[in-house]
Formats: sequence, structure tokens, C-alpha cells
Amino acid sequence: MELQERIRAAFEKGTRLRITGSGTKKFLGPHCEGEAISTLESTGIVSYQPEELFITAKAGTSLSEIEAALAEKGQQFSFEPPAFGETATLGGTIACGLSGPARPWKGAARDFVLGSRLINGKGELLRFGGEVIKNVAGYDVSRLMCGAFGTLGVLTEVSIKVVPVPQKSLTLSMELDRTDALARVTELSRQPWPISAAAWYQGVLRIRLSGAEAAVDHAVASLGGEVSEASGFWTRLREQTHPFFKSTRSLWRLSLPQATPAIDLPGEELLDWGGAQRWLLSDEDGTTIRTIASEAGGHATAFRNPPDREDAFMPLAPPMLALHRRIKQAFDPGGILNPGRLYREL
Amino acid sequence: MKRAILEELREILPPEGLIDQTEALRPYECDGLTALRTLPLAVTLPDTEEQVKRILQCCKRHGAPVVARGAGTGLSGGAQPHEDGIILSLAKFNRIRRLDPDSRTAVVEPGVRNIAISEAARPHGLYYAPDPSSQIACTIGGNVAENSGGLHCLKYGLTVHNIQKLRVMTIDGDLLTIGSDALDAPGYDLLALMTGSEGLLGIILEITVKLLPVPPLARVIMAAFDSVETAGEAVGRIIANGIIPGGLEMMDNLSIRAAEDFAHAGYPTDAAAILLCELDGTAEEVEQDIARVTTILEGCGVTSIKLSTSEQERLSLWAGRKSAFPAVGRISPDYYCMDGTIPRHRLPDVLRRMGEMSHEYGLRVANVFHAGDGNLHPLILYDANKGNELEKAEEFGGKILELCVDVGGTITGEHGVGTEKINQMCVQFQALELSQFHAVKEAFDPHGLLNPGKAVPTLHRCAELGAMHVHNGELPFPELERF
Repeated sequence: MELQERIRAAFEKGTRLRITGSGTKKFLGPHCEGEAISTLESTGIVSYQPEELFITAKAGTSLSEIEAALAEKGQQFSFEPPAFGETATLGGTIACGLSGPARPWKGAARDFVLGSRLINGKGELLRFGGEVIKNVAGYDVSRLMCGAFGTLGVLTEVSIKVVPVPQKSLTLSMELDRTDALARVTELSRQPWPISAAAWYQGVLRIRLSGAEAAVDHAVASLGGEVSEASGFWTRLREQTHPFFKSTRSLWRLSLPQATPAIDLPGEELLDWGGAQRWLLSDEDGTTIRTIASEAGGHATAFRNPPDREDAFMPLAPPMLALHRRIKQAFDPGGILNPGRLYREL
Repeated sequence: MKRAILEELREILPPEGLIDQTEALRPYECDGLTALRTLPLAVTLPDTEEQVKRILQCCKRHGAPVVARGAGTGLSGGAQPHEDGIILSLAKFNRIRRLDPDSRTAVVEPGVRNIAISEAARPHGLYYAPDPSSQIACTIGGNVAENSGGLHCLKYGLTVHNIQKLRVMTIDGDLLTIGSDALDAPGYDLLALMTGSEGLLGIILEITVKLLPVPPLARVIMAAFDSVETAGEAVGRIIANGIIPGGLEMMDNLSIRAAEDFAHAGYPTDAAAILLCELDGTAEEVEQDIARVTTILEGCGVTSIKLSTSEQERLSLWAGRKSAFPAVGRISPDYYCMDGTIPRHRLPDVLRRMGEMSHEYGLRVANVFHAGDGNLHPLILYDANKGNELEKAEEFGGKILELCVDVGGTITGEHGVGTEKINQMCVQFQALELSQFHAVKEAFDPHGLLNPGKAVPTLHRCAELGAMHVHNGELPFPELERF
């Protein structure tokens, strides 16, 4: 049966549905129960015009197929989506809304979503946004889908803005303690250097420079540090294949304001996004870690091996949760799409 | 009812914070879309959040519509008053509350002017990137409500890409924090939903904007062409070669002549089209990019090239472009500004069709074009004092927007739908999609009091129009009863 028909039937019967892609991000967030419906039956690039700077593909298309097509034309997704497996799909990438190391300087997944086709919880096939960069007709429902974990609609097709691969990229490494590393990143970010990533781990700050050859060369000559052309570190960081992530302890993600100084966190840290995303391996309880994050102006997610899987995401304040429920109701009045996948109330 | 509302408002606001005399209401009867004028019941000018809350609660009790207003520079009638409602002016919320160069953010009130943020940030070597042409007057609150763009969107994004957090008051008077001081927030991306929602979902009371380091150098190349097609071709080639210019604008001959007359920017008045291509970055980078762009331009039939050699010359080249609207205003008693976006490669097609329609309607069109991102601003020239020229201009404008949708684009790139393009929403969206928009609105504002009648048409309105736009014999809104 076609996806839309199945969702319509489920809406009529009140059958809960669990949306599945290739399952590479199944570990993240609460479980949800329901009859499985897969996005994998609908795959393929629908439209790709490099000089128009967008690509449109079916939700089930693998990220690797899309990235290969882009690379052939010298383009890329500049939000560097973490795939967490070779089979990751475009739909899952957008539904989870994750972004890689370039995020603070180049933008997040949601920043590049131009349009989408989706099926809401009533089985209605809807199209929002489009394939052009500027489009303010109607509410921005396509970006709303980004990070909604399928709780508002099943994405069937997505259009994403693409950008040229930078002419040159390389990495500077410098030995600095955590405090000095964060101060250095803050200082450099205030100036127009071509920074595209900055991470600190075990006494080493790594800064990636990307852009026009002349700009990168100028930065290298001015900033100092050991220069490397290898990009493996950033891939391992994005895909969490770096040895830091090989642990059975809970992996927490703290999203904090930029320029937040060093905080003593209960566990082992790896700082990404110039310190705005801090990975923490810890046995501490969730309440303690969330309190530390919110006192610093951010929030915390139990990313892997959470102490309590149902509470992986930071709870919402009551008026915010009430609004979320009304929005859920607006898209999925029967509450059949991925119920509980983001919060148990949604 | 009117008297009861006014009496309550008088208790909430000091005398200078409430306007209800007809003559004093006149300046508020329209925004930048001056063809549509309505007098509101009253204009409120609160200067505390507590006053805003009480105004909203008063309007809710009386079922009176609330239209938020910044500087009133919007071009789509988004701030057009409702005759039974009040204007909630955010003009007094005009303070920059905090500017933190380390986190590259500024916390500002909605009535702060766009350019004032960049001015405040400049001593720190930072600026706020979106720069609508009205930036000296338009307010940041209005920019968020419309998701405003500007001349540098292709490289630096729209408002939605350059804000981080909002403080929003709902129609019930509840305060919500949307977004975060961090780079993301838990839950749904309501920041994206609020941006561009045209005052239909909530009242924005505070905005945290992102600031960027000012590029060390920017230079503009002005390239002239003997046809708009070759100019369009050049735009495609620049981008296909992996160059994303800071700004990439096109003007046609009529706009060039009008702008040159007005601003004396040094534009070649005999060119069919000019491109303004701004390259920014380090001195070495800019030099390298200029060489690459020049080679590309020479390969696609450019007739002359001029390069800015000083900051003054760069600003002067842009001044011509930024003054294109008022300049056109001098060569025609009235003009009607459109705002469609098209896939860039369809430009020659669209220009040809517009030329044909211009002939059919007997109205001239001047084109300015954010060429890099496909956002087209045709200015239809007319004279409201001449017969039915206004109606013809509006009909012609509507046809242009439908043409944009036809070629895979959209009816509005940055000006918003407002009142102006509400009918074309029926062309761009199907009934089910419009119903989904209404459901979103209800989630925020169940009684429909915030800016009612704007941005999203009712299905009945579309059904009535539908009779006029039957494509391939299919009725666009078959599930509705006909009138």
C-alpha cells in the first residue's frame, strides 16, 4: 500500500505509526511504539541543478548517494550532516536535524532546508517552501520539520541548498589548556578569519580553515600552529568514530552559548563548535547535568547510553510544552505519528 | 464596543501612548503599500511589556483585532490596520539592551532600526548582515515578522539565518522564549515558524541577533551587457564556477536610467543591463576573486567593466541600486513593486513574458533583480489618476506572480504576503496546505485576533477566485461549495 494510503488508514483507525528510515539514528531519543512504516521505498534524486544551488531528493535517498552527486559537481552540504552509518537517509537527516563541526560558522541543517513534501497525520500530502533560496509565502513549515523527529509529518521529499566546496581546507593544531583554547577561539571568531570548525580535546585545540586559497594561506601565515591537510579528525568527530566516543558511559551533548568559558563538568569532555557543543562522558544523573547546562544558558541531551532513554531530550517549560502539544495537534490530530519519539506528551 | 475598548486603553496607557483622533490616526492608515488605506480604531504606543500584556488582554476580551507595527515600511500591507482593531506600535521599544562581541550577539527591542544594530556593532568590528534597502528606517521586529532579506542574502542569509532567540508574547499575554542563547533549543524549531509569520502568531518583544565580523575588504565590479539574457547567463556562470559573491544584483535599462538620473552612480545609461557583483574577504582573496570573475564576464560578452577603487566608489555604485525604487518614483507618478522569486535559469523566459504582458497592458516595467538568489522586483509604472491604470497595474502584478509560480518559483521572496498577495496564495498553495496554515495559526491564536485577514487566505476567498483560474479544466478547490 502506498505510504499516504497507509497513513490515512491509520488516522481513521487510530493506529500508531513508527516511521523508519535506515535506522542509523535509532539510538537517539526515546523509543516509540507503533506499526513500522518505512521511507525507504521512495528513493532517488529528483532534481539537481548545480548553478541553482539546490538539490531535491526523495526522503529515502541515501545521504552517501546525494553527497557523491554533489561532490561530482564540486558542491556539498555545508552543515556537514552526521550520518552515523553508511545507509543514513536524507529524510532521517532532516527529521533529526543534526549538524556537523562547521555549524557555528556555516549554519545548521535547518538553515539549508528550502522546501519539502510531507504527509501529515491525516494522510494529506502537502508541499511547503520550494527550490528557491528566498521564499516567504506561508509559514516556514519545512524548517519546522527539521528536528521534529517525524512527530509532525512524514517527509517524502526535501530540497536543500548546496554550496561550492571551499577551494582549500586545512587544520591548525595548537597545544593549549581548555581555558586558553576557549579564549583563543572566542578571540579569533570575532575577527574575519575563514574558520569552519574548532574543537578541543586533551590539551590540543584544532582549528579548521576553509575558503578561498588566498584567505586560508593568509590565515595560516598569521595564526601559527602546526598545519595539517588531513581531514580525518573532523570526519571522526562528526561521525563519532573518534576514540573518545567509544565508551559505555552516558554520552551527553551540551549545547551552550558561544563564548561560554570553561565549566567543570562531571566527566570527560570533548569540545566541538568552538565550545558551543560540549560532549561529556559521565555517570552523573541527568538532573545534575541538565542543571549545569541550563545555568550556563543552554540545554543538555542524553545522546548515547542515556540513564533514562525516555528523558533523553531537555524537558520543556510548561507554557512551551502546551504550545508544542497544540502544534502537534495541528499536524497530527490523531497523535499517530511517532508518538513519544521526541517527548512523551507529543 | 469602540467606546468600551478606548476607555480601557486609556486606563492602560498614558495620554501620549494612545491615539484615537482621526487626523492623528492618518499616518497609520497604511504601510509601504500605500494603495490600501484603512483607519484603525486606535493606535497604541506602549513602552512596557506590562502595557502590551494589558492591551492584548483588553483586545482579547472585546474580540478586537491587533495589528503589530514597526516602522511601517513593509511593502505588502502586513501592517495595514483593521477597521475594528487597534495598531500595536512597537516604536517605543527602541533600545539595544546588550551587545556582546564575544558571543557575537546583540539583544535588541523590536523597534530598533536595522541599521542601528550595525552602527552599534561597528566599533567591535562586527555587523548585522541582512540589509533590506529600507534599512535606515525599517525595524528589526518588522524584519523578523517578514523574514526580510536584502542585497547580501545569497552569501549571508535572510533574517531567519541571522537571529538566535525571541521573546514573544502570545495573545493570552503569556511570555515565551523561542530559540536560545545556545545555537539550538530543545523541541520544535519555533524560531523558524515565527520568522516570517507576519504578526499572525505572536508579538515579538525582544530579539537576539547574530553579528558577523566585518569583512576586511569589499569591492564591486559593475559589468554592462547589451542584453539581459547575457547578463543572466553571466550570473549562472559565476555561481557555477564556485564563487558566491557578497552581493550580485542586476538592473535593466529603464532602472539604470532612472537610478543614474537620481543618484549619479556612474551607470552606463546605454546598457541593456548591468550586474553589480560585490566580492568581500581578505585583500588577497578579493583580488583573486576579482580576477576570476573578470575572466568569466569577459567570456560571456560583457561590453564594459568598472571596478570600485575606493570605499567611496563602492558605496556610490550601491547607492544607485539602493535608490532604484525612489528613482523610478521620479519617472512615473506611481509604481507597483512586485517581489517574486524564480529559478535563475528561467530569467530570460520570465523577462520575455513580462515584456509581452507590459505591451498587452500598456504599462512600462522597470526591473531590479537580486540576481544571485533569483528574487525579482519588477516595478510596474502607472498613473493612479489615469482611468483604470491602478486596476490594470494590480492585475498585471498578479499575473507576474502567477508566472513566477508557473516556472517553479514563489509569489514573494522577501516582502511577505500581507494583504497584497493574498489572492496569489491560492495559486501557490492547495486547499489542504492553506488549511494546514490555518491550523498552525489556531495553535497560537485560537480566536484569530492577531493580524486577521493577512498572509493566509480563507478557503472561501480562494474558491471565489478559483472560478477565474481554472487550469486544465480542474477546479482548484473541488471540496468547497461554489457560490
